[in-house]
Amino acid sequence: MKRSAERVIEYGLAFSGLITILTTLGIIWVLLSESWGFFREVPLSSFLFDTEWTPLFAQKHYGILPLLSGTFLTTIIAIITAVPIGIIIAVYLSEYAHKNFRRNVKPLLEILAAVPTVVYGFFALTVVTPFLQSFIPGIGSFNALSAGLVMGIMIIPVISSLSEDALYAVPKSLREASYGMGATKFQTSFKVVVPAASSGILVSIILGVARAIGETMVVAIAAGQQPTLTLDPREAVETITAYIVQVSLGDVQHGSMEYKTIFAAGITLFLFTFLLNNVSYWIKKRYQEKYE
Amino acid sequence: MSNVKRNRNIDTAFKYVGIFFTFFGIAILLIFLINILIDGLTRIDWEFLTNLPSRRASKAGILTAWTGTAWILGLTCIIAIPIGVAAGIYLQEYGRKNRLARIIELNIANLAGVPSIIYGLLGLEIFVRIMNLGGSLLAGALTLSLLILPVIIVATREALKAVPNSLREASYGMGATKWQTIWHQILPAASGGILTGIILALSRAVGETAPLIVIGALAYVPFVADSPMDEFTVLPIQIFNWVSRPQEEFLTNGAAAIIILLLITFVMNGIAVYLRNKWQKKISW
Repeated sequence: MKRSAERVIEYGLAFSGLITILTTLGIIWVLLSESWGFFREVPLSSFLFDTEWTPLFAQKHYGILPLLSGTFLTTIIAIITAVPIGIIIAVYLSEYAHKNFRRNVKPLLEILAAVPTVVYGFFALTVVTPFLQSFIPGIGSFNALSAGLVMGIMIIPVISSLSEDALYAVPKSLREASYGMGATKFQTSFKVVVPAASSGILVSIILGVARAIGETMVVAIAAGQQPTLTLDPREAVETITAYIVQVSLGDVQHGSMEYKTIFAAGITLFLFTFLLNNVSYWIKKRYQEKYE
Repeated sequence: MSNVKRNRNIDTAFKYVGIFFTFFGIAILLIFLINILIDGLTRIDWEFLTNLPSRRASKAGILTAWTGTAWILGLTCIIAIPIGVAAGIYLQEYGRKNRLARIIELNIANLAGVPSIIYGLLGLEIFVRIMNLGGSLLAGALTLSLLILPVIIVATREALKAVPNSLREASYGMGATKWQTIWHQILPAASGGILTGIILALSRAVGETAPLIVIGALAYVPFVADSPMDEFTVLPIQIFNWVSRPQEEFLTNGAAAIIILLLITFVMNGIAVYLRNKWQKKISW
């Protein structure tokens, strides 16, 4: 009697775990089935190579390139901001800082990650954009630069915290060998420890990129809602995520072409983040140096 | 000799660069927060908290928004906590080496990297359309539950992992079954860590905007919801709506609503940190 009750409990628990698998399958199924309808009407070639994205206008074009360029422009700006700062913080905390300082500062950095993204959007629009306008001529009230910069600040903790873990895991003996050769702390950090932890740092950067690509509210508020094929950071751009928000704000009928476009945009976004997550997982498994 | 000196100087210089950048992000956040407080603090009064939304900025309040957030929070608790904790227990205590557990584990790592807006698309198709829940509180809570499930599962596992094996063995030695051991010994011992993870996950749900916009939560809801099937809005969506309007007064409203939202997020994070410290101090295995 007791045995069978134990079994029932075990199955119940296992089922809860299965829900996460059902979630993944659900995501894949939903994206595939709805974008299937999209690609029956729009040939893949015009989706990939048409340079205009105007599903909401009378003259309809379904080229994803403008949304992709918007997504990559904001992502690259964010990464250029976050990577140097994140790695400097990681090296400082892991190699230079006192243990207590490290312990107290880490939760402070996590606060950056805890702030809701809609708040960052507000910052970008009302603080950063006016600031940029004061010294960059020709910058619009919606622009890729401001959104990208703020997104960069937002993902600093992602990069600093994961990189720091990787640096911290490098064994003491490597540092001591370097000091023994007469190297300074700076030389040791950047010529010995950082290269030894490079796979972990790379993983942190990739996860930062994935985070930036999927980020929605900052770009929806501050980057604008005009799909323009441009690499000029002063211009307004629309990202994949911002487009999905833009359509969702209206009243979308199921089965309409607008409804299908957000799933086609969604599957593109999903493919990129899925790829990046798996590459980072693979690097972690394959290249993580094992020290005894 | 000058070479040695130069290297020393670089070393010292980096130390200051490091300190500077460590506080750079925090300093910017501080500037933002002060800016928000200046913009919005004077706008917050009893009326702002108890007024319905309005086309006139000075009369608009956040009653429907914060009650919506409270509803979503409550429903998400009810749905996500039991499932998340149960899955965590399964992975850590039952399926340590088996294949199903390994697949689930890999899958959770993957889910954690899926952008939140994709969960919105999932919710839109499954909950809103196929299950026919519409843009209701329930559909929103289900969507957010799926979103935070990986966080709760991982936190539960970490907390269970920290419970030493001697506790399990002692319980088995007394003749307890596996489930009795988990329920009466392991879970209470791990409760602090699990609770910390749950609160952090919920604070994330409170701040989520994009998935709820996608499932069709409205910016303008002129009544307070009284059942899970009602349409709703939440604080972040109200903020987004006000921020996207051109008039200055609505931006002020947005700043005021952000203060309330940040208050909720920071209090939740504060409680989580407090619990974590208390729990870590009390129990030293």
